This record gives sequence, C-alpha cells and structure tokens, in this order.
Amino acid sequence: MLTEASMQRSYTVRARGLTKCFGDVVALDGVDLDVLAGQIHGVVGPNGAGKTTLFGLLLGLAVADRGTLEVLGTQVGRSHAAPDGVTGFVDGPALYPALTARGNLAALAALRGPGVPRAGIDDLLEQVGLTDVADDKVRGFSLGMRQRLGLAAALLTKPRLLVLDEPYNGLDPAGKKHVHGVLTRLAADGASVVLSSHRMDDVEALCSEVTIVSVGRVVFAGPLAKLADASGELDYRLVTSDQEAARRVAAGTDGVRVVDDAGTGADRDVMVVRALLPALDDLVPRLVRAGVSVRELTPVVSPLESAFLALTEQQEQESSR
Amino acid sequence: MTATATTAPSQVLAPSAISVPRAYRFELVKLLAQWRVRILIALCWIGPAVTVVVVSGQGTLPSDTLFGREMHATGWAGALVVLSFAGSWFFPLLTSVVAGDVFSSEDRLGTWRHLLVAVRSPRRIFVAKSLASVTVLMMCVPGLAISGIVGGLVVGSRPLAGLDGHPMSPADAAGKLLFAWLCVLAPILAFAAIGLLASVIFGRSPIALLLPAFGGLGMQLASQVLPMPAAVRVALPSFAFLSWNGLFTSPPQLGSLIAGIAVSLAWAVTATALAYVIFMRRDFTSLANDGSMRRAITVGILPLLAVWAAAAGVVAAATGATGSGIDAGKLQQSLATSFGHFYVLQSQQVYHLSYTAAQLRTTASCAKGSDLVDQEGPGNDWRCTVTWRLPGVSDAIGQAVYQLDVSANGRYVADGDGPNQVNGYFVLHAPYGDAPNPLWQFDGLVDLLAPA
Repeated sequence: MLTEASMQRSYTVRARGLTKCFGDVVALDGVDLDVLAGQIHGVVGPNGAGKTTLFGLLLGLAVADRGTLEVLGTQVGRSHAAPDGVTGFVDGPALYPALTARGNLAALAALRGPGVPRAGIDDLLEQVGLTDVADDKVRGFSLGMRQRLGLAAALLTKPRLLVLDEPYNGLDPAGKKHVHGVLTRLAADGASVVLSSHRMDDVEALCSEVTIVSVGRVVFAGPLAKLADASGELDYRLVTSDQEAARRVAAGTDGVRVVDDAGTGADRDVMVVRALLPALDDLVPRLVRAGVSVRELTPVVSPLESAFLALTEQQEQESSR
Repeated sequence: MTATATTAPSQVLAPSAISVPRAYRFELVKLLAQWRVRILIALCWIGPAVTVVVVSGQGTLPSDTLFGREMHATGWAGALVVLSFAGSWFFPLLTSVVAGDVFSSEDRLGTWRHLLVAVRSPRRIFVAKSLASVTVLMMCVPGLAISGIVGGLVVGSRPLAGLDGHPMSPADAAGKLLFAWLCVLAPILAFAAIGLLASVIFGRSPIALLLPAFGGLGMQLASQVLPMPAAVRVALPSFAFLSWNGLFTSPPQLGSLIAGIAVSLAWAVTATALAYVIFMRRDFTSLANDGSMRRAITVGILPLLAVWAAAAGVVAAATGATGSGIDAGKLQQSLATSFGHFYVLQSQQVYHLSYTAAQLRTTASCAKGSDLVDQEGPGNDWRCTVTWRLPGVSDAIGQAVYQLDVSANGRYVADGDGPNQVNGYFVLHAPYGDAPNPLWQFDGLVDLLAPA
C-alpha cells in the first residue's frame, strides 16, 4: 500500500527532451532527467557524452535549444535563469589562487550578504577537512584540496540542488570520506545532489539512481538495483576456506561457471565464477552446507561499470552504423 | 492507485541575482588580493615623491619632459613632471595592467562558470568588474598626484613660470595642477575602457594585456610625433593626456582641453558599450576564451577607428582646423609672449629691474627651413627673430635669434642663438640659487585648434 509520503514524490529536476547543439555538434539529444528531492543521482558516461553540457543547463550556464527543464519548480530557459538554491561546479571547482581558503569562502559569503558568519565558514572548512590549511593561499593547494574547498564553496549557499562534475578527482581516501559524509548529510536534509564520476565504485556507494549517457543520449536511467538486474551474468571473486571443495560445489551448481580455474601462484586462493544473481544466491548456501566458509564474494567488475561498458559500447556501435 | 509527482516548492527559490554593490565588493577583494596590484598602488603613492625629490637634487634635469627644466626653480615643476611623464608613458601601462586583465583573469583561472553560478547575472558581473577596475585606477591616480605634490613641497613651494613664461603663484600653480589631474581622468577612463574591451575580446590570451599597453603607447607616439592633421591628432584619446598643458598659458588654451576631454569620453563610452555587448553575447559553456584576431578587428578595432574618424570630423568641423595646427603666425605670437615674460624675469634676476611684458612690445618673425619648404608644421628647422623695445631707452630696439624645435603636439623648445648676453648660456643668481639664464632655453606651446 502506498503511503501518503510515497504518493507525493517531490522532484528537484524534471527535464524532458533536452537538446543542445554547438554548431554541427549535438551535445545533448533529447535527454530526460528526473531527480527526486533528497536523492543523490549519478550521471555517468564516457568522455564527450554530454555530461558537462547537461550540468551547465542545470546550473543555468547555458540554455537548451529544445526541450523543457524544470528545476526546483521553476522553468529554466532563455528568459529564465536557474533558480536560487542551485549551485555546484563543472570542470572542477573554480577558486581564486591569490586568496586563502577562508578568504575564498568569505568573499563568496559576502556576495550573498551578511547571512554566513565566520563560524559558519569555519564549520564548512571542518566538514571538508581543510581546517588546518584554512589560512593558506589556494595557489599551493593540491587538486584534492581544491575539490574539497570547491564543495565547501558550493555548500555556502545551503543548496537545494547541488551539481558536481567529477567531485572525486584527485581525492585521497580521507578526502573521499569527507566528501561522502558531506553529500550524504546534505541528501538526508532533503537536498538533491547530481554528480558525475568516472569512479563507478564511488557512484555505487553514494547514488540511489543513475543516468547513463552516451553520445548525448540517455541509455539507462533508474535505480542501481534495476541496473544490476539488467546487466546479466557477472564475474565474481570467490575466496573460501577450502578452494578445492568450493570449486567442486560451484561446478555442480546450475547457472554457475568457474571461469578462472588456474589456482596457481599468488591467486591460488581466489577463484572467479560467472553467474546471474539467482544462481549466486543458490551457490552460497550450497557452500555452507558443504562445510566451506565464504570469506569473500565480490563482483570483479561492478554491475554499474559492467552495464556502463556494455551500454555505451552498444550505443557507440549503433551511432557508427 | 498511482503515485503523483510534484516539483519542489518554488516560492522562495525564484532566481535572485547578486546585487551590483556585492558583486563589486567581490571583484575588488579579488583585485586587491593580487600582489602586483598592491605593488602598483604602493608605487603610485610612493614613487613620485621620491622621484621628484631625487631628480630635483641632481645637476642635470629632465629637460625633455615638460617643466623638467624648472625643477630646480620650484617643487611645483616636479609635480607637473610627474603628470607629464605619467600622461606620456605610465597611464597606458597602468590601465592595461588593471583594466586589461579584469576579464582575462577569469579566463586564465577558469572561473567564469563559478562566477556566473554565484552572481547569476552577466550584466551585473560586467558592471561590477568595470567599476572595480576603475576603482583600482582611482586608487592609483590620486596617489600619483598627491605623492608628486608632496615631493614638490619638500623641494620648495616657489612661483612657477607657465608655458608662456608668465609667472604663476604657488597657489595658482597648485590649483591648475589639481585641475589638470582631474582633466586626465577622461583619457584614463578611455584607456581603461579600451583595456576592458581587449580583455573581453581576447580572454586568456596574453594579447589582452599587451594590446592596450602597446596600443596606448602607439597612440601616445601618434599624438606626439607622427605627422597628421590637428583634428585627427586631437581625436585620439591620448591627446587629452597632453591637452592640460594649455592650462599653463595665459590666457589658457581651453579649446584643445575641452575637445580632448570630449573625445576621450566618446572613446570611453564606445569601448565600454562594445565590451558590454560582446560580453553579454559570450557563450560561457566553453571553459575559456582564447580570443581571435579576426574578431578583434571586426568588433573592436574597426568600430574604434570609426569613432576616431567621426571625432576627427566633428573637431575639424567645429574648429575649422584642417592642417597641422602649427604655422608661423601662431609660433610668432607664442614666442613673443614667452620671450617677453622671460625677459622680465631675467631683468629682475640680473639687473633688479622691474619691467612689465607689455612695456617690451615684443614681436617675433619666424620662418621654417628655406623658402622651398611649407611655412607650417612641426620640425626643428624653425628659426625666429625676436624684436623688443628697451623700456626707458627711447627708440632702442633689441633683437635675438631662436632656433625652435616644434613637436607635432604643439609643444616647442626655443633655443637661444644669440646674442649671448641676451639668450646665451650664463648663470645668474635666482632666489633658489644659481640658475641658467631663463632666456637661454625655454618651453612654449601653440594651440593646435586656434584659428591660423
């Protein structure tokens, strides 16, 4: 039974048939995009797929040639700028190297008026893990530090829609953890995040839904689970307490194939099996019943990455015909 | 039962561009955070005072610069040398460093998208950036003026000889100096607007910085050196950097001054309008703008050339000036006036005699080169004979010869060519110490736009 809350789904972004051309180049070709409030939505695609153009439209940097775009309930178009509450960056964060980290944020805060006190800036710097370098000139910052400061700058305006192009570029594990935490908290507070990344594991870890674009067209849009269902057989790394026994059990399970039976060298304790998810669900209890402990069972290539590769290759082949 | 989809509420989320004052403050913070801008401002506030004091203490003075040969005589000459030098060479560089970089820097840093997302109005960004660059210029220009004056006061506040030799009290010199600084704000705005235009057109290309500087210096050379009709020369914004010279004659040559200011403002408005239109049409989806020379010619240089031509036409029609603006008649009148004033000064300093210039009834007769040469235009081949009556001595007439080196902008240097006891080199005792004979060499000025 549908609850009242699920009936009233609130969309932050609704795009229909967005088309954008630069001369003879069609950057976007009839793109649809739906982003719910409180959702972290991933947009993935190969280089030149049109992600940055799409993000530019969301941020109001450009206007679509055709189609409709509604952001936070406001029509965005030639005569209407992107509404307040939308922020983010494309092609990496843009910062002023002559200013310190705090100076960059303070200057941006002053643009918006006296609403952001110094404590707020310090809090943002702490959230992205830059407190120690708050008074250093941005000129000497690494790419990862600039990414984190760019995120802090975007958060200054308390966004309802945050658009981030490759926010994980150059981030070390600690930086990634900071960014994950910030984005998750933001979404929990009801804001929407649209991000792109070439790191599929990051997208899978954060995003509930993805849109895959290739040569300007959407080739998949929906929840990650749906993508995993659609992706067919996948290869999985399997590590157990008894690899010989596990190999026998896997070989005897319907729908499961052992594709890496080398069992030699450094990887002799690892085997790779290929299966659909239901067959895999059958394999695990069989192993347990055979007295084999399962220590690791992970996809060799993530479902998203696998689907991404399959879908984009298929799209490129169709385009080249 | 189907779920219904709604969009997020928009009542508090209408597009709200940042106000111009806030965007202006943001731009100012960015500009003033740059070390080169800070150094430039500091130099403007310190450099002139130090230069005036140091140069005034030297044995050899910068006589090529207007009022340079008077730097021993009074500190006000030093302050005027600062204005003269800045107008000739420094202002084009200053405006190109500040205004020529204000849009380019965003291209270089790749920050346009960030700025547009933050401010949400290209129009307000343009206004804020233009105002911020003008503000930084206005931090520099008063610094130059005040610093030069302070240096002059350290040297000594004594009377100044004007460009026609007439004595000016320190208060008179100070008032006209301040007014002259106000007048050069118009060409500074014109050069700043050209810098903005180059910055918008060329983006992150280094030409954005170099073109206004070299263009400005080129215009300076054109307005001071190259042969061209007076109306065409006055129609360049760089002419207004020199036209304040007319304030230091008696009566002041206001025609050139007013024309120069009006022309400069026309250039400023046109270049700013062009920059605005180009900026508003820019596609910000590309990360950076590397500029294109073809575009620069069609949307930048050609329209400004049209302004130049139109301004020249208006100046020519309004004043009737068609030639170089320099002829024998103007030189004779100017030289006779200057000689009269300097003769009075010399008589006071050497013989303690008090004449008036009117008593001398000075006249001059000038000829250029040989009879085969047109008797008009700039050149160093003007030769003049000055005749005057000696007050108190019935029918006694004196004569002196001068060689004139006349610049295309109307300024000339008169070099005494005998007799030696009148305009030769000798040292006399002036109130401020030993000084060369004032009739030996002096600067003068003819009004290019005055009727022949």
